[in-house]
Amino acid sequence: MTDVSKDLKGQPKFEKEIGKKTQEHVSFEQEKPNNLKKIQSFLHGNPTMVPVIILIISVLSFGLIAGGKFFSAFNLSLIIQQVTIIGILAAAQTLIILTAGIDLSVAAIMVLASVFMGKLSVQMGLPTSFAILVGLAVGAICGAMNGLLVTKFRLPPFIVTLGSWNIFFALVIWFTGSQSIRSGDIEAAAPLLHFFGERINIYGAVFTYGAFLMIGIFVFLWVLLNKTAWGRHVYAIGDDKEAAELSGIRTDRMLVSVYTVAGIIIGIGAWVSIGRIGSVSPTSFYEGNLDSITAVVIGGTSLFGGRGTIVGTLFGALIVGVFSSGLSIAGLDVLWQRFALGCLIIIAVGIDQWIRKISN
Amino acid sequence: MEIILQAKNISKRYGKVVALDNADLELYKDEVLGVIGDNGAGKSTLIKALCGAVQPDSGEILLDGKKVTFASPIEARNIGIETVYQNLALSPALTIADNMFLGREIHKKGVMGKVFRFLDQSGMQEIARKKLSELGLLTIQNINQQVETLSGGQRQGVAVARAATFGTKVIIMDEPTAALGVKESRRVLELISEVKSRGIPIILISHNMPHVFEVADRVHIHRLGKRLCVVNPSEYSMSDAVALMTGAKEVPTN
Repeated sequence: MTDVSKDLKGQPKFEKEIGKKTQEHVSFEQEKPNNLKKIQSFLHGNPTMVPVIILIISVLSFGLIAGGKFFSAFNLSLIIQQVTIIGILAAAQTLIILTAGIDLSVAAIMVLASVFMGKLSVQMGLPTSFAILVGLAVGAICGAMNGLLVTKFRLPPFIVTLGSWNIFFALVIWFTGSQSIRSGDIEAAAPLLHFFGERINIYGAVFTYGAFLMIGIFVFLWVLLNKTAWGRHVYAIGDDKEAAELSGIRTDRMLVSVYTVAGIIIGIGAWVSIGRIGSVSPTSFYEGNLDSITAVVIGGTSLFGGRGTIVGTLFGALIVGVFSSGLSIAGLDVLWQRFALGCLIIIAVGIDQWIRKISN
Repeated sequence: MEIILQAKNISKRYGKVVALDNADLELYKDEVLGVIGDNGAGKSTLIKALCGAVQPDSGEILLDGKKVTFASPIEARNIGIETVYQNLALSPALTIADNMFLGREIHKKGVMGKVFRFLDQSGMQEIARKKLSELGLLTIQNINQQVETLSGGQRQGVAVARAATFGTKVIIMDEPTAALGVKESRRVLELISEVKSRGIPIILISHNMPHVFEVADRVHIHRLGKRLCVVNPSEYSMSDAVALMTGAKEVPTN
């Protein structure tokens, strides 16, 4: 007779038997983690490693293909110069994508802000510093408007920013009458707008002040995301909005603040962009919206939100730069640069999906 | 014994549906109160009213004898009523320590914390580690492990530890064993007794009769939007309770 102890009212306490009896029959042979599994869990714990590996491989292979020309200090610093604007836009984009949103209007906001900066200072003769502040405010307001539409009206970020992209672009054309503000005029009336285009030469490597500012923005956002509650909440909202809400995070307020901060960063990007291209052109950076998303995605941030790092985005932007530079030095047509980037995006998202499977 | 949380004549209607019809509930200090009821009996609405997720149309809720109202679960939480939700309300990609302090982070002392709002991450990890080991959950070795890498039972453990860290007055647990296997359920039941022994009363809502009967000191049976009766699990069998719950048996009068 088996002695199953009885509890209150004489009911057998079956579950109490756990631990006393062997549980062998319910356990399966532990699957030995194979190498692929180990890689998967390593990448899961270190999400920045994917873009780092891709960056190293692409730098090495372009070095081999394009030779010493690619590895020159000048060319490598040129790559950083070239990714400055996309890098800043991608930094702002990262914040939004981490909340499981997306912003298709980043480049349009930037051009709008730069038009305000140029118009007020060059054409209306207002003090340049005031014009810059107005430009930053324009970025913040545009961002906040996107955020309010996403939260108050419960519209999907994709649709909101698809709409605002077109609205901002139309406003730019209307304000400027499709006219550029020429570089010479800016230099004469408001040289401060060109500040971030200034270069310094360090042993043959040429850096713009804008490149340093971009690095500064990434450092600032890294601290914000990893060392403050605000940053943790950005991740929590993207991860599981409902859980964040139940944990006491005011998700709507948070989201508006995220879009606003992104807008301010884009406003800073507007100032840098004037230095970078010299003039204020209403049709510049038309591809910047999608390029920024490309950098974020290649940088290993999940489009589903909650996962990713700001450092990854920096590497993502550099990968885009390395690809364009390497392929053009190797003498390939621009169309193949786009082809290669397209492949990279799909591979990056594929890897992200694979890494995410670990939790199941 | 002293009543810590009390619901008096709570009613809640959704259109023509009466979810709560003058329902009552009492939770004493140092007890686990099981709440059972058939689907649609109104027990989740009752619990939602107690944790602030639903605002009752009428009736009152008393905590420590004082009338309280809360517009959201956050307000309930702020006065010491913690809820462990069935979906746990954890952020899978964040670490255990992050999750335990989500929404009520500790900032660094001095200028770094006050002005720059830096988090006291080592301090929070320290408290999280202490809490988890107090509750016997330190099979979770790494406090900086992401929650999604934990098993269902461990996740439940993190959610309970979070509630126990901050739940100063009452902890409400909604179906804590519903998604777990037999072995892990056992662990969670031990955890419930552990939390109770620390002097925090618990309201346990569950469909699993054996679990309720094992850990509850009293069992509140909910039927048709109100409290049918409260039974002592050592005097009633589970089948009696089911019979009461479904109306197959009359409420004993004594």
